[in-house]
Amino acid sequence: MPMPESQPTTESRIWDPAAETQPTEARQALQLERLRALVERVAAVPFYRAHFERHDLSAARIHSLDDLRRLPFTTKDDLRRHHPFGFLTVPRSEVARIHGSSGTTGTPTFVAYTKADLALWADLCARFLVAGGLRPEHTVQVAFGYGLFTGGFGLHYGIERVGAAIIPAAAGNTRRQLTIMRDLDPEVLICTPSYALTVADGARELGIDPRSLPIRFGHFGGEPWTEDLRRDIETQLDIQAFNNYGLSEVIGPGVSGECSERTGMHLQDDHFLVECLDPDTLEPVPEGEPGELVITTLTREAMPLLRYRTRDIARLYRDPCPCGRTSVRMSRVTGRSDDMLIIRGVNLFPSQIEEALLRVEGATAHYLIEVERPGIMDELTVKVEIHRELFSDRMDRMQALRERIAHEIHAIAGIRAKVELVEPRRLERFVGKATRVIDRRHADT
Amino acid sequence: MKLQQLSLFLENRPGRLDAPLEAIAAAGINILTLSLADTAQFGILRLIVRDWDKAKQVLENGGWVVNLTEVVAVDVEDKPGGLAAVLKVLDQAGVNIEYMYAFSSYRPGKAILIFRFEDPDHAVKVLLDQNIRALDSDELIHADA
Repeated sequence: MPMPESQPTTESRIWDPAAETQPTEARQALQLERLRALVERVAAVPFYRAHFERHDLSAARIHSLDDLRRLPFTTKDDLRRHHPFGFLTVPRSEVARIHGSSGTTGTPTFVAYTKADLALWADLCARFLVAGGLRPEHTVQVAFGYGLFTGGFGLHYGIERVGAAIIPAAAGNTRRQLTIMRDLDPEVLICTPSYALTVADGARELGIDPRSLPIRFGHFGGEPWTEDLRRDIETQLDIQAFNNYGLSEVIGPGVSGECSERTGMHLQDDHFLVECLDPDTLEPVPEGEPGELVITTLTREAMPLLRYRTRDIARLYRDPCPCGRTSVRMSRVTGRSDDMLIIRGVNLFPSQIEEALLRVEGATAHYLIEVERPGIMDELTVKVEIHRELFSDRMDRMQALRERIAHEIHAIAGIRAKVELVEPRRLERFVGKATRVIDRRHADT
Repeated sequence: MKLQQLSLFLENRPGRLDAPLEAIAAAGINILTLSLADTAQFGILRLIVRDWDKAKQVLENGGWVVNLTEVVAVDVEDKPGGLAAVLKVLDQAGVNIEYMYAFSSYRPGKAILIFRFEDPDHAVKVLLDQNIRALDSDELIHADA
């Protein structure tokens, strides 16, 4: 395998050495100070104030980081109930940008940023970009969606902060992505991991060896992926592939990302206090065990959150990383503590499929959601049991029924599904009430 | 005169057609004619039987979703142009055919057409105006006796 002339990732350059290599004790002191200030700030939010009053809590009562556990959790449902800006702690006039949670169109959640939030966000993205080899002299092709989704703009300003050149190619149109790539020689690709493989596929279709593309490394995120997929991407494109993690409610990308050691993703814990809890008991899991990540945004201004339940299952590591960064690290996300699926980067809850079926007259049917990745893209199939009210002897009506179901699913969940009609009692034998999903994508984990 | 047609939903998988036909056979019901409309994923089986009430019960007990639909049967000369003559009548009256199928009659020189109309009563009247008479079940089912 021909090696690139210089391996950017063998250096251990650090974007913000003072913050990223801060000794643990000093870090904890900073976290405590920030936590106290946060408790004071979020008292402006009625949801939190009510809890503080009920439990006689205030900043003065936060004596140690352990007191974090006295603070209330925040869930996605809480955000929805106080839609759109019930969690805003600053006047609307100070809001500099608004993003939305990715994908789901049923009940959107908006996330507001002040100017300082945006500066912090760019800085946090710069940290993981540099940790994974980005340098000011590089050119970066961003093939993430630009819009309400935090991926595009988040990475964009992070790259700008580092001082590298940006090609804001945005998502989709693989042929055009490849033309841009060959004309402009970007060394870095930013997109979802599955799209990286689409790029490789697209190149082969055009008779281009994907390994001959100018890309030398990539930062991939926005959906869960596996080590197998990483190996595929690295082999097919002859690049290094780095993982990063974030969620819009917390800030977007920039919560954590890998360094060249790839010993897990450095979680920026001077800004995000993270817990790893058993999702049922809400007690901390033993160190290194999988649990739900719960994040407190220590320094967010516009919409700071206490103990936000991410529903993402991962492990935390606190042993030192050879790169010198002192933060806690997290593993890949290996699952969810709810039933949310991420399909082609879009969040999908089985309840949304149910909602879509209810909109189709009489379709209170049994259904089963199947997710597969036959090639490189996820495929969603929704199987719906036929019953009397749905059945017609006319083929055009039956075809229209399928289309109608697919249309409602797209309207509610923002995703295209293949709809299969099946005979009565075909599904209930396989499906208990609790499991309406068969996910065949992650057979390797 | 209208007839009752049974329709069944079937998945397009090997063996799916056998099962309902076997169930009907086991109940001693003879099939006068059938038609199958299919897509890659599913199909609709349409059956004309003498004892449709019993057949419906047998199939529903077996777990199939069964619809009853009124269809119209007419017999035509079993020769070139026999079908075209009937279609012309319907076309001129602006009667829409949802679907149709045909089979040979037990009566020599006659073929039977089964029509599914959006408005069967209107279609029967249109046909009768041109002296094309819809068959009743006894006429159709004579072959079965």
